[in-house]
Amino acid sequence: MEQKDRVEELLESLWIITVEGQKDKSDFGLLKDDEAVKDLIKRGYVYITENQLGLTDVGKAEAQKCIRRHRLAERLMTDVFVEKSELIHETSCKFEHLIHRDLEKSICTLLGHPKTCPHGKPIPPGSCCRGASKDYLKRIIMPLAELEVKRKGKVAYLQTGNRDVLQKMIAMGVLPKTEILLLQKFPSYVIQIGKSQFALDKEMASQIYVRQV
Amino acid sequence: MQFKKNHDGPIEHSLEIALERIAGLLHDRYPLSRRAVGLLLLQEDQEIQEMVKESQPAIMNQIETIVSGVKAHYAYPIDYEIALRRRDEVERIIKRVVKVKERSQGIAEKISVVMMHPVTGLPLLFLILYFGFYKFVGVFGVGTAVGYIEETIYDGYLNPILVKIFSAFLPWRILQDLMVGEYGILTLGLRYAVALILPIVAFFFLVFSVIEDTGYLPRLAMLIDRTFKKIGLSGRAVIPMVLGFGCATMATLVTRTLPTKRERLIATMLLALAVPCSAQLGVILALLGSHPKAMVLWTVIIMMVFLFIGFLTAKLLPGERPSFYIEIPPLRMPHLGNIFTKTYMRVKWYFLEILPLFLLASVLIWLGKLTRVFDFLILLLAKPVTMIGLPEQTAKVFLFGFFRRDYGAAGLYDLHKDGFLTGNQLLVACVALTLFLPCIAQFLMNLKERGWKTGVGISLFTLLVSFGIAFVVNLVLNKFGISL
Repeated sequence: MEQKDRVEELLESLWIITVEGQKDKSDFGLLKDDEAVKDLIKRGYVYITENQLGLTDVGKAEAQKCIRRHRLAERLMTDVFVEKSELIHETSCKFEHLIHRDLEKSICTLLGHPKTCPHGKPIPPGSCCRGASKDYLKRIIMPLAELEVKRKGKVAYLQTGNRDVLQKMIAMGVLPKTEILLLQKFPSYVIQIGKSQFALDKEMASQIYVRQV
Repeated sequence: MQFKKNHDGPIEHSLEIALERIAGLLHDRYPLSRRAVGLLLLQEDQEIQEMVKESQPAIMNQIETIVSGVKAHYAYPIDYEIALRRRDEVERIIKRVVKVKERSQGIAEKISVVMMHPVTGLPLLFLILYFGFYKFVGVFGVGTAVGYIEETIYDGYLNPILVKIFSAFLPWRILQDLMVGEYGILTLGLRYAVALILPIVAFFFLVFSVIEDTGYLPRLAMLIDRTFKKIGLSGRAVIPMVLGFGCATMATLVTRTLPTKRERLIATMLLALAVPCSAQLGVILALLGSHPKAMVLWTVIIMMVFLFIGFLTAKLLPGERPSFYIEIPPLRMPHLGNIFTKTYMRVKWYFLEILPLFLLASVLIWLGKLTRVFDFLILLLAKPVTMIGLPEQTAKVFLFGFFRRDYGAAGLYDLHKDGFLTGNQLLVACVALTLFLPCIAQFLMNLKERGWKTGVGISLFTLLVSFGIAFVVNLVLNKFGISL
């Protein structure tokens, strides 16, 4: 792993432990002589007191950006590329370091400014999310399960690695570009495609990502 | 199917090229065109793979190389990629030749909405169950029709005549017993089959066929999916389950339509344990008809056992949660001819299935009486039967239950007619009999469909649960001094 990547990973870990874990500092006994830690101190991102490592304000801002890129990358891998779940983390870990600032905005917009990563952890909002108007903040792409009743959506992609489920979707004709009208959500999801109606469960409805029409 | 001729990139290109290469390897003696066989090979269709392996074993290696090469190009399985292209092609054609006129919602669509809405759908389900099954099958079918056939025709005319004829022409007492005795082939076996069970089953299948042909079942599946997920099944299992209320043996055969082994096992077990078949149900409804409180309690207890045992099994059995989708066809007015054909076919299947068993049961009981094995078995059963608070005479009923569940219930019906049972005992007996062993036919079907270990296991389990629950029910009734 390159030094730069290592630094970013460390910032992310510190963010998770201190900001999300709501602690001030973190033990860093094992990392004492780590080159990356020295690098972070030199840049003024972290400070050391009583053998504990803490993020400075500048460091926090930088860590937030790293975590954002990491979780956006995970989202992208999960939502768009449909990798096997065990591959998502590994691929995202490498991919995040390649995301340029402008690319980050594009990805965020494409995904409809997602608020959480696939594991349900918060994605810190970027300038593109804050700058956008209220309407714009609505996700462009969302799971069918989150569409409102009586609304139409056009299938954007199917998020499933399960071939059986995929075959069921093919059987229903749920494929990218298919227009779906959501008729009801409870006790099962009922959709209309063309002149046909189908009932499906929430799990399947959550694996169909649609662009609201 | 012919894909667009202008391939718009190297990836699209590779699918079409691979198909051409595979088609080029195939000879043209397959029942499908070479292109169709090629498409199925690309999608790794097992049946076609076997067929080609048999016919042209030499080319299998080359085909595998081509297929795996194509697979490497795509993130999604090839069937998905092909489905995409097929859809595009269909859309291209449809756009040119089909005009769609929007039309407003008709009456059928409106009823469909009411059926599927959670607020109106559940009351409607109860109405259908109440009028279709309880009122029509239970009260009219069992009460009126069976009452007439059984009491007026059989007891009034047929049986006395039969007894007279056989007593006159068969001088031996033993043979008289076999034919027209208390458990005689004609007086018991044939009477149960023709006068009791046949009308009940015919009425049930008539209602079932009507419901089936309207397209209500997929809507029911959609309503019940959430509940069934809790017991490890999906909404699709509603079809074998509802059919189970007709004939659990037939329903066990239909569990084949369930997608996973786990679902099939859970469904088979619940069918054996807690789904009473129409004949049994009919007799039980007739029995409890005069005790409305006992009827309500019986329904609640059986439903609770169904859900609880299903819930437990789903927790204990490893495996994936089933996923559910079902097509909701438009509602249709059932076609009378179809309904009668279907009902006739099903009743015929059922009748031919049970008649020999009913007659055999009469012979076995006769043999058992002669050799005293029957008395011994009743003695053996007398203990557990009295433990759940029933008179010893009911041991006979449970022994009948081994042959057929409805046969047992029918025996109970006779016992009740003679005024042997109190309300409490009636409830306990009905609960025990409902949960009791699957009948011989269903037991054999379980063995055939699930293997002998599972089949025997299910039987032992239901035996244990039925007496266990009946014991508890009796205990609770006594403890709180409830008398029904």
